[in-house]
Amino acid sequence: MADTTSLEFETANAEETSAEHIVGINQQTPKQWLKQYLRKPSSFILLILLVGAAIITLLALLFIIVYILVKGVPNLSWSLFEWTYNSENSSMMPAIINTLIMTALSLVISVPFGIGAAVYLVEYAKRGNKIVNIVRITAETLTGIPSIVYGLFGMLFFVTALKWRLSILAGAFTLAIMVLPVIMRTTEEALMAVPDSYREGSFGLGAGKFRTVFKIILPSAMPGILSGVILAIGRIVGETAALMYTAGTVASIPNIKQGLLSSGRTLAVHMYVLSSEGLYMEPAYATAVILLLVVLCMNLCSTAIAKKFSKADK
Amino acid sequence: MEVIFLLCACMSILAVALICFFLFTRGIPGMAEIGVFKFLGGQEWKPGNDIYGILPMILGSIYVTGLSLVIGVPIGLLTAIFMARFCPKTLYKILKPAVDLLAGIPSVVYGFFGMVVIVPIIRSFTYFLDSISAREIRGNGVSLLTASILLGIMILPTIINVSESAIRAVPESYYEGSIGLGADPVRSVFKAVLPAAKSGILAAIILGVGRAIGETMAVIMVAGNSPSMPQGILQGVRTLTANIVIEMGYAQDLHREALIATGVVLFVFILIINLCFSVLKRREK
Repeated sequence: MADTTSLEFETANAEETSAEHIVGINQQTPKQWLKQYLRKPSSFILLILLVGAAIITLLALLFIIVYILVKGVPNLSWSLFEWTYNSENSSMMPAIINTLIMTALSLVISVPFGIGAAVYLVEYAKRGNKIVNIVRITAETLTGIPSIVYGLFGMLFFVTALKWRLSILAGAFTLAIMVLPVIMRTTEEALMAVPDSYREGSFGLGAGKFRTVFKIILPSAMPGILSGVILAIGRIVGETAALMYTAGTVASIPNIKQGLLSSGRTLAVHMYVLSSEGLYMEPAYATAVILLLVVLCMNLCSTAIAKKFSKADK
Repeated sequence: MEVIFLLCACMSILAVALICFFLFTRGIPGMAEIGVFKFLGGQEWKPGNDIYGILPMILGSIYVTGLSLVIGVPIGLLTAIFMARFCPKTLYKILKPAVDLLAGIPSVVYGFFGMVVIVPIIRSFTYFLDSISAREIRGNGVSLLTASILLGIMILPTIINVSESAIRAVPESYYEGSIGLGADPVRSVFKAVLPAAKSGILAAIILGVGRAIGETMAVIMVAGNSPSMPQGILQGVRTLTANIVIEMGYAQDLHREALIATGVVLFVFILIINLCFSVLKRREK
């Protein structure tokens, strides 16, 4: 239907005057555009600088990714994925397993608290509540603290004061605090995006606050929460400084006797140790490829989910 | 049930309280034993002789951060202006995810990239300078400049994202008014829109400072880490963060306390930066 009308319109136009001759008076031709800028060379230079800066940003990213991939992919080999690490194969398999354990454990600790906190801030807290302000300020502070300070704190508190020694558990708790504000903020945004009519509908049908939160609000905010969790995974996988002195640098999977209290290094720490020793550059390149791919996939997933969510919302 | 959610919300308060408590109670005694002025103003760091002065590291952190801002802020800000006002939609769809990806790359990977790419470039640059200049110029690539270039790239996404949203928040009427008075689009953006987004852009820069000063692994891998006073931009420096990570592994007693005190100094820096940021944000509202 729409097609035919536009077609008719075009033919009608062609009969009277050719459409190409009509130029909106508020639109510049490229010639006028150029003339305008040539009259003011300073503006033209600024425009070139603007485009140049964007190109530099794009090139920096492309260069890093392409360089790591080109140098790293040829170094990938099966010996890098053997089950145990020794100085000959410098396998990253134990580090990968440790990373998985660390990620799962940190999420198990931080996700419930992060979501709970966000639910309180959005659904329960009343306007002008003093606690809300304090929670917001502290969450902002947590976001700004550098990872090495988290590492120091983890070392002082979990490793020394609680006597967990260098262990995966201590590392996971440290990371859990680190990603807590990320999960809180994204969940809060997701909850606020849930339309009020959902809440009103649920109350109108006789559901209580608790049931409304769990049956209506959280499920419809799930994609937003998920994108936050994936973002947190990306941060956990890429983290090094916070883990050096909390989880240690032992290159093996946790043994059964000590369980989660045994020390182990994640992929990022593994990569730092390899490259700082300077002897294992090829495996370091290969590890960089794996690390980069995992983290980039996580980020892309997170933005994709968030985008889908915001589209569905509209 | 509300109580459980309230407890969850209090976790972040508890976390900040614990972090402050443990850092200050473990760090301040060491600082007091060394002497606050000797610790903060001392130019020598020789743990073997029980001499702990962190002025070289404080200056190192400040220089590296400052120089990285010189590199990162113009590029970041111009990119943000381009993205907010001049970017065609199709290009924006590439540029925005690219900036997000830049934010997602782990700092070890940045550091590794710096180690294998930027360090050799700076090294040949140093040799080149040495060969053409009359004075002797030393340096082997791991330097203040290398760390700053790397950090300049790393703070780009922070600066771009925050200042882009600040520029977008300026009412369209500012721009239209300027166009109506006969200014061209570039001039309108720079003279009418940017001044209105000033505080947001400042907040972006402060956030960038926070990231740069707290960055650890990437800096360690390219900065050389010699604990002496910074000599020049082509020589190595050690930052506060690097000091902690490099020596914490084997430190004992007072040495260890001095390192924790280094962390306290860093933490105080970050708290001040955070405070500036939230004050600015509040003023913006």
